[in-house]
Order: sequence, then structure tokens, then C-alpha cells
Amino acid sequence: MKYLMSGNEAIARGAYEAGVKVCSAYPGTPSTEIFENLPLYKDSLYCEWAPNEKVATEVAYGASIGGVRSLCAMKHVGLNVAADPVFTAAYNGVTGGFVIVTADDPSMHSSQNEQDNRYYAKAAKLCLIEPSDSQECVDFMKYAYDISENFDIPVLFRTTTRVSHSKSLVELGERVEKEVPEYKRNVRKNVSTPANAYANHKKVEDHMEALEVYSNSCPLNKMELNGTKVGVITASIAYEYAKDAFPEDTSFLKLGLTWPLPIDLIKEFASKVEKLYVIEELEPFMETEIKAAGIDCIGKELTGKMYELNPQLLKERIFGEKPVTVKPAVEPVSRPPALCPGCPHRGFFYTVAKHKNYVVTGDIGCYTLGAAPPLSAVDSCVCMGGGFSVGMGLSKALEISGQKGKKFLGVVGDSTFFHSGMTGAAEIIYNKGSMVPVVLDNSITGMTGHQDNPGSGFTLQGEIAEAIKIEDVLKSMGYKNIFIADPWDLKAMEKAITDALDSTEPSAVISRRPCLLIKRIKHDTGLCEVDRDKCIGCKKCISVGCPALMMKDGKSSIDPTQCVGCTVCAQVCPVKAISRKEC
Amino acid sequence: MKTKSALLVGVGGQGAILTAKILVNGLMKMGYDVKMSEVHGMSQRGGSVSTQVHWGEKVYSPVIGKGAADIMIAFEKMEAVRYAEFLKPDGIAVINDYSIPSSTVAAGLCEYPEGCLEAMESNFKCHTLNAADIAMELGNPKCMNVVLFGAMTAALDFGTIDWEEIIRDTVPEKFLELNLKAYEAGRAAVLNK
Repeated sequence: MKYLMSGNEAIARGAYEAGVKVCSAYPGTPSTEIFENLPLYKDSLYCEWAPNEKVATEVAYGASIGGVRSLCAMKHVGLNVAADPVFTAAYNGVTGGFVIVTADDPSMHSSQNEQDNRYYAKAAKLCLIEPSDSQECVDFMKYAYDISENFDIPVLFRTTTRVSHSKSLVELGERVEKEVPEYKRNVRKNVSTPANAYANHKKVEDHMEALEVYSNSCPLNKMELNGTKVGVITASIAYEYAKDAFPEDTSFLKLGLTWPLPIDLIKEFASKVEKLYVIEELEPFMETEIKAAGIDCIGKELTGKMYELNPQLLKERIFGEKPVTVKPAVEPVSRPPALCPGCPHRGFFYTVAKHKNYVVTGDIGCYTLGAAPPLSAVDSCVCMGGGFSVGMGLSKALEISGQKGKKFLGVVGDSTFFHSGMTGAAEIIYNKGSMVPVVLDNSITGMTGHQDNPGSGFTLQGEIAEAIKIEDVLKSMGYKNIFIADPWDLKAMEKAITDALDSTEPSAVISRRPCLLIKRIKHDTGLCEVDRDKCIGCKKCISVGCPALMMKDGKSSIDPTQCVGCTVCAQVCPVKAISRKEC
Repeated sequence: MKTKSALLVGVGGQGAILTAKILVNGLMKMGYDVKMSEVHGMSQRGGSVSTQVHWGEKVYSPVIGKGAADIMIAFEKMEAVRYAEFLKPDGIAVINDYSIPSSTVAAGLCEYPEGCLEAMESNFKCHTLNAADIAMELGNPKCMNVVLFGAMTAALDFGTIDWEEIIRDTVPEKFLELNLKAYEAGRAAVLNK
């Protein structure tokens, strides 16, 4: 019996079958569904959402010291957050198998950059494993744990969006329980003092050498010999693209264990073909190493190092076969994502957008969409937690260069506050920042599809948890005034922001209303209607940027299938033409 | 056989994923190798979305590039135009005669383009239907996706798949009757033209 599974579902299944016992992650597209699927197996393993990727990695690493097989997962930029424990865990090595999943996002479907995380394996001295479909996600997870334990090394398990989010057929296996050794303190191995680290560096170099020898014969790396004219070395999703793009008589060296690269195997393969291509998405990670080993190959000069590939792009770039397409004469207009109708973030961004002297440093989440027109109310967005600290630097820069009249607001969401916003809030208090931190608390991790967090009151396994109060955290840091307002009430929102900015004491704002898509909460929804006789067509309501609103025949109109009755548009109408009816 | 590809395009929240799921379940039952690709995350918030389904004896890539889809099911007509280049020149398009203004249109920054259906019809073999109206007549606008699915099964030869049985196996019991009606209505809209 075969099942259709996404790569992420298959990774969760593979972890289960491999006997994994402790799992920790922070959500991030395209990795999130791995952990959303793990509670299926909660009778056999423990799984959790951690406050951030660094914590998740440390929890999983700690479980490895405890002798059990452990897993952490994150999106590509999450590994930047987690890099600190990862580099030293590689020196220390593992006790129970330790796998770190990184889900990269070529073409940035839902990301702020398209960094190639394979380089982390080289930089941190990890074993790198790359599956290319869902069956390999299951199978390679099991290999990953064996390799981690056999070579005393953490494994970086890398997917891309198309591996994580594509569905393909999978045959399932049984779970194999691993015996857990009795825990014993091991200072030499696990305490990275300089002297121990000095010795552990040598150890990890020896392990990498042994791993390279293994990679030449390991079943994850295999040749498919179909002809002697053209050979392709490839891995991950690029294998699937290349199989479709190259003719049938092409030979393949399909790599699953891609760091350390099996250089002897690559040399052997290269000797069997007249012309050698290296097909990989993003950076020339394999190509550079292969060329450095003195092997002639063609790669990035044809395939390019930006954005996703696909079979048709490969055919065009390698063989010059342009796809035959038809382009209709009509030009579609752009359809960017937008804040949902009734989104609580809208009231906050509408309020700050009115003040042209406000500088608003933003962050990662649904509320990044506050930057989109017509709100256009965000000055910067760079990384998780940056909303507070980037604002601190920006405000200092304008102050020190004598640019007066600006007021500074830093914005993070509730999940981001616990992720890495708290340290920024401490920075503002400690270094006497003139900016006001704002937490947009919608009681959930929204953009990634509603995961619980330390403020939401529930765990990943569905248990009730202590809901940490954001105002209590801010209060304990020294914020004297914390102004909490409902963003559906524009007057209250305006007052909270101006009171905080005008205060001579450290102040913060919490914009609080749960995301309307949270199913376990009963929301106060209704429906707004436009009185067309009263409407003067001034388009003021359109400026709130709600997808349910549009102009029809010169007057405002509300789509009843989309409107949820938040009344933000009604509150900005100068002639009270919009009213809410209960339903 | 050569691999076949279906491209389902629309706006986040229109139910393309359920449609793709019914299709995939049928193709799996026929014994085909199947791959399906979705995009999650930011673009789902009212943005343009596409789902792809590929089937054959052996499928490698879960995604296709331009000029490679055998059939397109467009849940919204401007999205049909946006993804038209992905359709083979002799490909078939099933288009919902239904428009959703984008946030840029709603904000008055640009105009929703005129003539989307005509532009598609003058270039491809098209089957157009107003699945939204058909779904409303059946009593639930949400079954629009299964109306379109029915239309697709009438527009492209899938061999001997018993789609009613697949729908029975895929959709929840309480929506079964509605969805079977929606499937029939979608088929009829194409076959009776």
C-alpha cells in the first residue's frame, strides 16, 4: 500500500520509524508541517514548539546527550538563529542520533532571502543529507540517524520548498525502538571548555575523513549508467528536474549524502562519461568542490545561481530548447498577498500610516504586509526580532545626525516577541531608547498557519500550558506604562500609541485581538454595509486596504462573502455611510 | 505513456487543494505514479496560488515550467491569463467565468483587465462555465471547486475512472450529496455546450 505524502509528512514519518524520541522546532515555511505531523506519533515520542530555532536545537542536542534519537527542524533562515549550538555540537558529537532539518526556499515563496544552507554543513562540519522526494524523506531519515551515531556527528537534513511541499507516493515501514543507554556524565565529550574543544576539533576532522570514505560507497549515493556520452551529477529536487530534462541515454550520479562529497566516486563517474554536467539549484556548492578536485564539468555558467529550476528551464538553458508558449493579449494585474478582512493588524497600521513622521521598523510575520499599499506603513523588515533592535539603531542614527521630528515605533508579533523580540525590548530599556516597542498580539503564530507559542496557552501536543503574559514580561523589564488597545477600535489604538510616544517614562504598546482564523475562539463577527445614498465616494474607506472593500460605480461597496464586520472602514468614513449589522 | 500535467490556478482560499486531492486519488486508483505540488505560506493570504498534479508510469519532477501543462483549471479568470504561458499551445483550459479583484484593484491602484475569457478562448481550446452561479444554485457557494472538477473530467479524457466513487472516498459524509451534485453539474456544463 502506497500513501501520498508531502516531503514534510514523510520526514515526520521517517523520524517516527527511526525511533526518534525527542523533537523540538520553531515553525517556518517551508518546514512547518514536519512538526504539525509529529503529534500523530505522540504515543511514541515527545514533540514541542520551542520559542525559537536556537532553543529547539539546544533541546534536541540535549536529548542526544541523554542518549535518545532527537530531531529539530527549521526554515533556512532559522538555522542562522540556531547556528551557535550547531557549530559546537559538531565538535562535541552525539550520543543519540541528532538530526537538524533545514528547509531552504529557492525563489523565496515565503522568505526574505534564498540562502543556500548546504554551506552550513561545510562550515560547521556536519554530515549533509538531501532527499529528492517523499520516499527518500522517509528512507534517508533512517540512514541519517544511523550515520549520526556511527560517525558521532550531527546530520544536517536539507530539503527545499519543492521537496517539503510536493506530494509523492510513499511506502511505510515499522518503527524500530532504539535502546537508550544509562545516562553518565561525560565532561570530556560534552563540556566545550577550550582544552576539550581543542581535542574535539581533531576528533571531528577525523570523523569527517571517515565519513568521506563512507560516502563513496554509501547507498545514498548511486550511479545510474545509461550511456557514455553525457553524465549528470545531481542531488535533491534538481535530480527530478534533470531526469525530465536530459535524454534517456544520460548517465546520472545521484547523490543523497552531499557533504562530505564522495570525491572518489565522482572521479570514477567522471571517467565513464565524455561530457559532465553538475545540476544543482542555487549556489555552485558541489560544482566548486568538483572543479577543485580537478574534474572538468559544466554547471552554473548555464544553469544560473538564482531562483528555482524546473525541467523546462533546464532544457532551455542547457540545450537551448525554448518552450513553445502562447501569451494572451490581456495583461493580468498583480495579485499580492494582503492582510485578511478583519485582520487585527490593519487597525494598527492604518493608525500609524496617518502620521508621516512615524518611523516603523517591522518584523517577520503576517504583519510584514503592513508594508504593502495602501497602508505602506513599514520602514524596515530584516529578520525575526529585528523590529525592536533595528529601530533602536535607526533612531540613534537620526538622533546623532540631528534629524529631528521623527517618532520611532518598533513592531513585533506575539510569537516573534517570545522568539527574539524580548532581547530587543531589553536593549531599548537598558540603553535608554527613545523608541516605543509595539507587540501586535494576535494570540497565535499566524503566517505559518497557526502554531501555538509560549503566549497562546497550548502546547504542540494539545495540552494546556502556562500562557506567558507579554505585559508582565515588559513590566518586569522596566516598562512603566504598557498601553493595551483593541486594534478594531481606532480611537483607542490612536490614544495608546500617542500616549506611549508622549510619555516621559519607558512605555510600550500591545495591540491585542486574536487572529480571526483561530478556530477554537468564538469571534465577534458581523457584516458591514454601505448606504449608497450616504456614500460620497471619497475612497477614505478604501485607504484601510481591506480586500472586502472596493469602488463600484463611483461609490464604496463591501463584498458580503469576505466582510467580517470589523468596522475599521466604518470608523474612517466621514459621513457615517457604513454600518454594521449583527448576524 | 508520457507524463501528463494539470495546473490548478486561482486565489488563496478557493479550494483548489481539495480539487487536486480528488484528482490525485482517482489517478492513484488507476495505478499511476502521481506527484502534486503546492505552495504554502505568505502567498495564501489572498495571493495568486497554483497547484500542480502530474501523472504517468513514472513521474520525476513535481513542477513544470512554461509550455508544459496539458490542462489548466482556472478558478478565477484573470489567473487563467496569468498562468496561460504554462499551458501547452494545444492544451485545454477549463475556466471559471468568475472574477475576484486583487487588493491592488480594490485599493484603486489599477483596473481589473477586460477580456480575460476572450483572450484565452482566442488562443486555447477552452471550456468556460460560471461555477460560482452553479454552486449558488446548488445551495452552497463553497462547492464551486467540485463543479470545476466535474467540468475538468468532461473536458479531458482520463480513461475509466469512477469519479463518483473517488468523491465518495474523499469528501466528508455530510457534504457528499452536495459535492456529487456539484460534480454532475460541472460535467453537464461542459458536455451540454
